[in-house]
Amino acid sequence: MQKIILASGISKKFGVTQALKDISFDVNEGEIFGFIGPDGAGKTTLFRIITTLLLPDEGEIKVLGLDAVAGFKELRKNIGYMPGRFSLYQDLTVEENLNFYATVFGTTVKENYDLISDIYSHIEPFKSRLAGKLSGGMKQKLALSCALIHKPKLLVLDEPTTGVDAVSRSEFWDMLKKLKQHNITILVSTPYMDEAMRCNKVALIQNGQLLSIDDPDKIKGGFSRKLFSARAPEKYRLINALREYPGTLSAYPFGDSVHITFRDDEFDDSLYEHLKKAGIENATISESEAGIEDRFLELMNKGTMA
Amino acid sequence: MIKNAVITVKNLVKKFGSFTANDNLNFEVFEGEIFGFLGANGAGKTTALRILSGLSSPTSGEVIVAGYNAKKDPEKIKKNIGYMCQKFSLYDDLTIRENIMLYGGIYGMSKTLIKQRTEDLLEKLSFQEYGDRMISDLPLGLKQKLAFSVAVFHEPKIVFLDEPTGGVDPITRRQFWEMIYETADRGITVFVTTHYMDEAEYCDRISIMSEGRIVALDTPEALKKQYEAKSVEEVFIKIARPK
Repeated sequence: MQKIILASGISKKFGVTQALKDISFDVNEGEIFGFIGPDGAGKTTLFRIITTLLLPDEGEIKVLGLDAVAGFKELRKNIGYMPGRFSLYQDLTVEENLNFYATVFGTTVKENYDLISDIYSHIEPFKSRLAGKLSGGMKQKLALSCALIHKPKLLVLDEPTTGVDAVSRSEFWDMLKKLKQHNITILVSTPYMDEAMRCNKVALIQNGQLLSIDDPDKIKGGFSRKLFSARAPEKYRLINALREYPGTLSAYPFGDSVHITFRDDEFDDSLYEHLKKAGIENATISESEAGIEDRFLELMNKGTMA
Repeated sequence: MIKNAVITVKNLVKKFGSFTANDNLNFEVFEGEIFGFLGANGAGKTTALRILSGLSSPTSGEVIVAGYNAKKDPEKIKKNIGYMCQKFSLYDDLTIRENIMLYGGIYGMSKTLIKQRTEDLLEKLSFQEYGDRMISDLPLGLKQKLAFSVAVFHEPKIVFLDEPTGGVDPITRRQFWEMIYETADRGITVFVTTHYMDEAEYCDRISIMSEGRIVALDTPEALKKQYEAKSVEEVFIKIARPK
């Protein structure tokens, strides 16, 4: 089985900024491969290189068996790309946009309609509406339909769920999962750590460098210490009090609890005493399972912690 | 202890032609609260936020923010609030100090006060050497933390944050929220919208909008109990989906 993407030693600089440094990875056919990292990590730059829109300074990249630099013409016919910001024509209707994309790729909407029907059916009732007047969630569905209309072998989605609410995000990922049945390989980037768990493989990226590439469960499992969760009604006071406790290594807010690691991977009753002195009477602390975000924080801190 | 309401909304309606963006909203926000304003895209959050911050006028209903009526005195509201949004916050081609001076001046602060608070702020954020750097040089996370500090620089009664942590790395996101906690501790009310459901858990109370109406308003714990959910995300998915 051929590798859909084979990247080796990719580097890219913009002026003095090292956007990408020595990036190597590969993607198998039919995988959902996620790049997870914050703004400025290099995700968009990397995706532009993969979709032949940007040249790397160093390194080699093969997409669908072709060199991304020399074979760009052929590649562009076989990649579907959904960039970060809404890229469609705001002053064309939904239907006009879709027809336009189909025509540009030398096909018709009818030919590959079965591929997008699940997605497009949500917006078909609005097909005469101008794309610029659609809500964020609908724009997303239209952009995805247009990226798929020519039945590409590789779908590249750059932060498709940024700025979108939790309901639409969840629906979007359900749609992506269905695409796997058509054996389309999906490369996706996101700043949302929880979305990493919905990928087959994940690359954590920060400041142009890869922190980890693996199965998301394995990345989660790589967390090197015991993780504990603390809860108390006085959230802010709890975080501060935990940080002041000498045995604490790290304490981060995580929704309704605080995730803690201890220098000796354990704590005793002195912690409860310490919290009581800070006015926190009813704290509960228990061991808990590390998530992918805990591991990301750990990897991010590796450079700075003693 | 009875808490003062810094925002009072009674029967707020906002229409654009025949489309009702805000359909009879009623809620209050209290002093020193961290209030999370959630909702699906297109639910009417931005419309309501613009009215609360004096940028838009209600079609009908009463809206009082920081003691001023949104229909009669929107300019007075603007003077007494702080505002930060994700898309634009500080001027890229000005330095940190210049941005702070600009905002301080706009809010009518004296030069002495601006100078003093600027140095305090730079020290607090450990930015002392960066004071004369351009905003465009800073990474996003730092920009956002700075933008927030500038939004509360004039110590307003209430600060509005519109998706302040979008795309920011997970460490900075948490540091940002700790800045929010500390601000609320000082008695400044924080009104925040976000798409990160874990951030909703940091709020004292949250409201969820759907199709122009408020469909839930309570503490995160109470809502989770009411909807038998383990997280605010679950509550959101249960009730915020448009029909």
